[in-house]
Amino acid sequence: MEISSLERLSDTAWRIAPFGAMRVPAVIYADEALIRDMDDKVFEQVTNVATLPGIVEASYAMPDAHWGYGFPIGGVAAFDPGKGGVISAGGVGFDISCGVRTLLTGLDAAEVKQQRQPLADALFERIPAGVGSTGRVHLNEPQMDAMLRGGARWAVEQGYGDPDELQRIEERGHMAGAVPENVSVKARKRQRNEMGTLGSGNHYLEVQEIVELFDVDTARVFGLDRGMAVVSIHCGSRGLGHQIGTEFLRDMAIAAADQGIVLPDRELACAAIDSEIGHRYLGAMRAAINCAMANRQIIGELTRSVFTDVLPSARLRLLYDVSHNTCKIEAHEVGGVRLELYVHRKGATRAFGPGNPALPDALRDVGQPVLIGGSMGTCSYVLVGTAESETRAFSSACHGAGRQMSRHQAYRRWKGRQVVDDLAARGIIVRSPSSRGVAEEAPGAYKDVDAVVDAAERAGLARKVARLSPIACIKG
Amino acid sequence: MAERKESGWEHFPHGADIGVRGVGVTKAVAFEQAACAMMAVVADLDRIKPQGRIEVLCTAPDDELLLVEWLNALVYEMAVRRMLFSRFAVEIQKNGLRGTAWGEGIDVERHEPAIEIKGATVTAVGVTQGSDGLWLAQCVVDV
Repeated sequence: MEISSLERLSDTAWRIAPFGAMRVPAVIYADEALIRDMDDKVFEQVTNVATLPGIVEASYAMPDAHWGYGFPIGGVAAFDPGKGGVISAGGVGFDISCGVRTLLTGLDAAEVKQQRQPLADALFERIPAGVGSTGRVHLNEPQMDAMLRGGARWAVEQGYGDPDELQRIEERGHMAGAVPENVSVKARKRQRNEMGTLGSGNHYLEVQEIVELFDVDTARVFGLDRGMAVVSIHCGSRGLGHQIGTEFLRDMAIAAADQGIVLPDRELACAAIDSEIGHRYLGAMRAAINCAMANRQIIGELTRSVFTDVLPSARLRLLYDVSHNTCKIEAHEVGGVRLELYVHRKGATRAFGPGNPALPDALRDVGQPVLIGGSMGTCSYVLVGTAESETRAFSSACHGAGRQMSRHQAYRRWKGRQVVDDLAARGIIVRSPSSRGVAEEAPGAYKDVDAVVDAAERAGLARKVARLSPIACIKG
Repeated sequence: MAERKESGWEHFPHGADIGVRGVGVTKAVAFEQAACAMMAVVADLDRIKPQGRIEVLCTAPDDELLLVEWLNALVYEMAVRRMLFSRFAVEIQKNGLRGTAWGEGIDVERHEPAIEIKGATVTAVGVTQGSDGLWLAQCVVDV
């Protein structure tokens, strides 16, 4: 992106003054190097979002922003229903409520590393991953409705995990306002065999070692210490979310004109919050959020069972579960007035600071864990939400590194077997059903997550707590 | 598709995801080729035997949405039937199309499927006829 087109607010904040049909400015949080590497499409998309009805404050892009669908991935925007605000299927994305959950294992990484081969084999055997994989949970229609209404709470009721875990999931594991009746027959059919599956692409389950602490006090509250082993799971609402995204993107693209909404890009498909299609999407999207949380809850429990078998002294305990593709109603201050806003985060993580009432007692004094995924050869991070993040981008932070190379380029450059061997030489075990999939996900295809996280911290979006290095990775 | 052939397919870059493009002497052929391009995102077409056949009917208010609808119909069939496809036939009809796809059940070892497709999008979507008379049909698919 051309730096001269931006107004520098600080080393890590850049403003684009409103032009054309923009109703608010756009703000990009990133350092100069990240900005220069950013796709020009981020400029186009973050300014397009600023044209949508009812947007407040600004259209934001996180340090890992890249070309998305209408909204940039790494985009954050909040809409006021009192000002004709909209809800956008493109602003949530296809993988509704895709997210990350991290579990503490209660084990030293050294102990886990001794068993890394059998552990990786058992995880790969028990957790369905990759194209065409099917889960062990098959739901009939009443069960599907209950899952879509109940989310992770439903999964716990079915025996997947402990009730205490729910408080460490956004929305306490249960997204209110879900309307399963708004979820189509096709979306349900796509999900029928996909509960408890990881998916493919950049989704993964990873056993990791905490290799560095940045904030010892917060780490202590989170239960993290250097040399400990943790497990991180990255996946979303599977076929059900994908189908809901597909159907509503089309329906909103068609309906926008009827509602008098001018779309600079068809993929910005949106509808007035207070409209029939807006309400219908909200109900379906919230059901998909429940599906994603239930899915990660099931996979978390499958992971626990594997650890129990391979490393019986393990005690898996949930640190937190975040979603990074959502639209949620949140109270934020705008111009000195507290408003109920519809906050879209597309490839951006909620990052509530200390004292937020949505956080459980154990975390409220320090802030929300913000889980930033890397995979295979790259590190992951645990950050914490800050008080100042509220004034930056409605308490939001980045979600990962983002790609720097297309899948096609990566496939041409690397061979899956070579990637697996190279990582094995570094002590990282990869298990995947697809050699080509591994090549396309090679660590070198991703941007430098360290730079993204540093920029997020310097911008005040979230603060670094711990860095995690991979030990074993299950890729779809 | 290094040179302009009468029909063919290719991928074009889109950050995290991938663009699929089909070219043909008719709109229908361009749609068929776009489907080939999308399926090649998942697996090598040569490895997919055209043994089984499915049919889909799609409607849309314009060509761009019809292309997206067609590709998404295939994504749905892939997902629920656990199939991959390698051959396609499209018949353009009033306000829509009738599509046929030939393929087989997923065999992970033989097909080595790289990635599942979440959906076809209207990003970079286009259905156009060039001055050479050839039709082009393209969009980005989310993976």
